[in-house]
Amino acid sequence: MNEPHAVEMRRICKQFGALVANDNIDFAAKPGEVHALLGENGAGKSTLMSMLSGVYRPTSGEILIRGRSVNIRSPKDALALGIGMVFQQFRLVHTLTAAENIVLGEKSSVWRGASWMRRKTEEIGAVAERFGLKIPVERPVWQLSVGEQQRVEIVKVLYRGADLILLDEPTSVLTPGEADQLFEMLRQLRDAGKTVILTTHKLREVMEIADRISVMRKGRMVGTMNRYETNERELAQLMVGRAPAGVMRPAGRPPGKPLLEAEGLTVEAGKGRTAVRDLSLTVREGEIVGIAGVAGNGQSELAEVLAGLRPWRGGTIRVCGREWKWASVRTAIESGISHVPENRMKSGMAGSLGIVDNLLLKTYRHPERSRFGMLRSRRNRAWARSLVERFDVKAAGLDTPVRQLSGGNQQKLLFAREVDRDPKLMIAVHPTQGLDIGAAESVHRLLLELRAAGRGVLLISEDLDEVMQLSDRMLVMFGGTIVGEMSRENADRERIGLYMAGLQDAPGEEAS
Amino acid sequence: MDLILQIVAAAMSSGTPLLFAVLGGILIERSGIIQLGAEGIMLMGAVTAALLYLRTGSLAAALPAVLAVSAALGLLHAFLTVTLRVNQIVSGLAMTLFGSGLSAFLGRAIAGQPMPGAVPKLDMPVLDGVPVIGVLVAHLDVLTWLSFALVIALHLYIYRTSWGLHLRALGDSPPTADVMGIPVTAFRYGCVIAGTMLIGLGGADLLLVFSPAWIEDMTAGRGWIAVALIIFARWNPLRALLCAYFFGALDALGFRIQLIGSSIPSYFLKMIPYAVTILVLMYLGWRNRGKPSGSPESLGVPYIREQRL
Repeated sequence: MNEPHAVEMRRICKQFGALVANDNIDFAAKPGEVHALLGENGAGKSTLMSMLSGVYRPTSGEILIRGRSVNIRSPKDALALGIGMVFQQFRLVHTLTAAENIVLGEKSSVWRGASWMRRKTEEIGAVAERFGLKIPVERPVWQLSVGEQQRVEIVKVLYRGADLILLDEPTSVLTPGEADQLFEMLRQLRDAGKTVILTTHKLREVMEIADRISVMRKGRMVGTMNRYETNERELAQLMVGRAPAGVMRPAGRPPGKPLLEAEGLTVEAGKGRTAVRDLSLTVREGEIVGIAGVAGNGQSELAEVLAGLRPWRGGTIRVCGREWKWASVRTAIESGISHVPENRMKSGMAGSLGIVDNLLLKTYRHPERSRFGMLRSRRNRAWARSLVERFDVKAAGLDTPVRQLSGGNQQKLLFAREVDRDPKLMIAVHPTQGLDIGAAESVHRLLLELRAAGRGVLLISEDLDEVMQLSDRMLVMFGGTIVGEMSRENADRERIGLYMAGLQDAPGEEAS
Repeated sequence: MDLILQIVAAAMSSGTPLLFAVLGGILIERSGIIQLGAEGIMLMGAVTAALLYLRTGSLAAALPAVLAVSAALGLLHAFLTVTLRVNQIVSGLAMTLFGSGLSAFLGRAIAGQPMPGAVPKLDMPVLDGVPVIGVLVAHLDVLTWLSFALVIALHLYIYRTSWGLHLRALGDSPPTADVMGIPVTAFRYGCVIAGTMLIGLGGADLLLVFSPAWIEDMTAGRGWIAVALIIFARWNPLRALLCAYFFGALDALGFRIQLIGSSIPSYFLKMIPYAVTILVLMYLGWRNRGKPSGSPESLGVPYIREQRL
């Protein structure tokens, strides 16, 4: 072990105000390995990576690159040390072409004539070729798929001469097929002598790609191990701090009468784009219908239509047998639809208002909550307190601005509001996004309770595991329509992956 | 034919001050900072030019002073919006109010004093014989030539140099620019200051070439038109030239109808350019609905490095 580490971080601390994101972290990666940084959302992985890439500066601690102590003050410094980062949200300028994005930081020449650009394009092509990456260099970035954009990012980092490549949650935006391609590329990079560090919270990926694994939990480093010395079970335990129990999913009753029937639904998304085309689906009493798919295939628009937020152009929507005439949130609420939106702080709650006010947002008209246009404050506070207890929301007080609650507690509060209304149908969009395992479990339990009570649930999620774990029936959305449908028994990860990538467009063999 | 040429010539002379202001605005907004202070900056540029020129009689003293005053205003706007991250709209509006107030105060003593021929003309007798072009450009003043040069220089800068690439990246995605080693803050300061200097120069041109006497609020809304023209021109310097001259032509047209002695009240004629601006904006908005506007994506959004995206 005399060879210096490619990167070594000693006793690193990072604080954001009162929040300690990284607490005394020791971390080291060897040259020429794929090192996975594993942890739940909020464990501090991205923060640690951001300090290597110069976006954040450590509050205290030391960073060594190839055995030499360094001070990384800016992304420029990082690059000079051969560190390149591929961010979770890509750092690409959408209006520029892939090639322009790649040469963006180049200082060599001020004049950028056509011949200069041509020469650079060739150089970029050569770099991409050497590592087996294919990218459309001359197309503007906004026209590229997410997988292609990510490849542009990787080529950019390589082109700029990085030999330490950091990838923050690289698979979170990819289909399973694209993820496999990414892993293949990463292996090639490793074989070419580059050091690759990636963060993820998905155990399966870690076991597939990493040589060594470091696990983080709540801002601390829990341990580092070789892949062949460990297994998914042990990693999960380290990551969560206890063995994840998983939610017991009781066998359901056969589904009852249809609650939601959509037929031939077509939705415009503005800018002339058709987000949902000719989509039909049914949700019955006592079943959870899961919709899987890569983000941006019309799921958000579908959820918005069903919540009454967005008008639709063609097709019919019937809720409990009554046809909707036009989009109206009021109608949706009164027909017993609850909605857990995709971005809870954007369209779910008012961040600066307290718990009581947020709980009232959908029920303030009810005579229990207000009389003659006046809110019944004392009664409402008592009601809010009972909900906070029942749904186990941890908050300093009933008037704390909900913005200050943790993500998990915000989501529990949102569920408290939506479930307390005793909905007939729950539309939950990415309900566990950004939650830790404990909070995610309580959300799953709530959804299963609704199902057991004979309510219908439409679950839209990018987390395939979640959809597979909870749903009675699974639909896959691609290009604005349902491309695959399967029952719980027939669900198979690989086939869902193909549907998600749009590679298998025959409708499921058991289409209803 | 003659009438058309006359109108084109008039359009150029009344459009040039606007052109300076639009070019400055493009530079500022391309870097991601909203610029609404043009009216006040143009007035400050004009009054500075008037004061210095009347006192010294020399353009060589007046123009650098104009540039210095507008650079100071630009520095202030940059400090407020880039460093302190003040709301950019509020800062711009404050600049307009401040500029029109201060310029009125400073210019009280010299209001109405004429200063013809302040800017020398670049005579090119060779061109006199050439039809059309000769009539238009043989006797243009130096500042107009400067504006032509600026259009071309700015166009090459934005689309043909690495710095221009940085500028485009900066306005669209500051986090990307930052990661690529482009100094976001310094770059924005530079663009805001340089752009503000151009806007101030527009004010000086308005005073020295177009209407050679200082009158309170002499820009009469041209700063605001410049703001609208930035959007018309979709942040492109070549289109800025066309847009500025188009507006200049409308301005000249109104003046001409007045000369003919029509019975339409002059207030209505002076309204023409502004009314047409609204109509054209409505038309463009309607025609381009649902399409990207060409506006820098991060326009008006302050950049904080450690802020989570």
